[in-house]
Amino acid sequence: MAELTGRWHAYRHLLGAQVRSQTAYRASFAIDLATNAFIPVIDLLALLATFRVTPTLGGFTAGDVLVMYGLSASAFALADLVVGNIERIRIYVREGLLDAILIRPLGVLAQLVTVDFTLRRIARLIVALAVLVIAVTRADIPWTPARVALLGWAPIAGAVLFGAIFVAGSTVAFWWIESGEIASSFTYGGRDFTSYPINVYGQLFRRLFAYGLGFAFIGYYPALALLGRSDPLGAPDWLRWCAPAASIVAATAAAIVWRFGVRHYRSTGS
Amino acid sequence: MCSDLATAAPDTTRDPPRQIWAFSALFLAGFRRYSTYRQATVAAAFTNSVFGLLRCFVLLAAAREAGGAVGGYDPEQIATYVWLSQGLIGTVMLWGWTDLSDRIRTGDVVADLLRPVHPVTGYLAVDLGRAAYAALSRFAVPLAVGVVLFDLYAPRRPGSYPLFVVSVGLAVVVCFGCRYLVNASAFWLLDVRGVNLVWTVSSAALTGLAVPLSFFPEWLAALLWATPLPSILQAPLDVIVERQSVPLTLAMVAGQAAWAAALLLLCRHVQRRAERRMVIQGG
Repeated sequence: MAELTGRWHAYRHLLGAQVRSQTAYRASFAIDLATNAFIPVIDLLALLATFRVTPTLGGFTAGDVLVMYGLSASAFALADLVVGNIERIRIYVREGLLDAILIRPLGVLAQLVTVDFTLRRIARLIVALAVLVIAVTRADIPWTPARVALLGWAPIAGAVLFGAIFVAGSTVAFWWIESGEIASSFTYGGRDFTSYPINVYGQLFRRLFAYGLGFAFIGYYPALALLGRSDPLGAPDWLRWCAPAASIVAATAAAIVWRFGVRHYRSTGS
Repeated sequence: MCSDLATAAPDTTRDPPRQIWAFSALFLAGFRRYSTYRQATVAAAFTNSVFGLLRCFVLLAAAREAGGAVGGYDPEQIATYVWLSQGLIGTVMLWGWTDLSDRIRTGDVVADLLRPVHPVTGYLAVDLGRAAYAALSRFAVPLAVGVVLFDLYAPRRPGSYPLFVVSVGLAVVVCFGCRYLVNASAFWLLDVRGVNLVWTVSSAALTGLAVPLSFFPEWLAALLWATPLPSILQAPLDVIVERQSVPLTLAMVAGQAAWAAALLLLCRHVQRRAERRMVIQGG
């Protein structure tokens, strides 16, 4: 027990130090926040521009797709804020800094995400959540207590799933240092994928991304549940509420991959 | 003009043969340097192909549900647009060039001033070499994936092929000019992270990569055509999918050439201003 509180204390110190140092220069931090707030807005611009030239996408109106986008952007921004820094692992491997982290008496993953915690990314989360709130108030949603609860947990379950992809993707760096971009086709690519209804994608691609990697559970299924619509692709209605289960499966798989990666890590020797 | 430069090495600007020799040597060096990053090239080409699939399916669905065409592109044209835009990301090198700003931060940039080649010319030569390699690797992979998986548009006017090559060449120079200016802001700011982020985000959304500019409201599209951004992707892509008439297409490429020249002059001007205020620490 004493060990646990000691660990908790250490992580809090690491995080606190990061937050203090990043907010020390107030003007610079404010500019960082403002530029970060831009990122979800630009993606939104592309989505809205697409709906200027077409009335529907996959049979869904702009309002419906905006709900999917809001869910996906919120989940991604939360995951990016908490574990997005794991992408930097290939720099740690290349420069040998991972060896230093491995000899400390704290969890490797927890250290990596706390020592590089980037507070400015909170601006993206705030903007994404604002878009989600606007989207659900504008869409025609038959509100029930279950749907209100779903709106609460869907972005969190989605963030866990995105987080699992971030961690599993970065594990590749243990074997292939220059792999960074490959991982981003599943993390940033996943964000793009989940912003649109999955029935627009080709069958093989959809099977791999929506079902294989579980991305259907981030934006598409929860949005269907909120809107009270059945899946035009024919999935059973109960599946629309299964995001938490999918995120637990993904997190478990990522944990296994990560442990395997750490155990088989061989230093670059530099 | 050259008296303004801090360049200490012998002036070769009035010696064209040596200038050409230096330029082509740097060009080859750029080609060779980037051809050694094999893993990174494979990883990037893979990522471009995944994003090609993502964009292509969404825009094809849009074309289908809009009744056949979107923003003036039929399904074959929009698919070609998407796959070539993914190939051009690496060819023009939209993101990830920090050579100059890194050298400014560490102070290594001083060495660039000792060379008998103007820094803007020197970096441009290396960048063109890099682009030539990227055209054979980063451009070819998404194009091949697109050809295999989708119906692409074959240009009907034979002149479109050579014009596309010219247009891509100009796009590389325009993109280089923009990147040089973003990097050169390090002379004043030292930390270019913020400027870089603004460039990354705006270049992704406003060059025609995310969606063609014709998807935007007319006033926004007109505003963007008054900037160099469409010259980077939208212009070469419109050349190859033949969206405009021949005179309009030629005017667009002429516009690219004007931006390329203007940006290179601006880069030289910024470089001169930077050299005047630069303080070289001893040692």
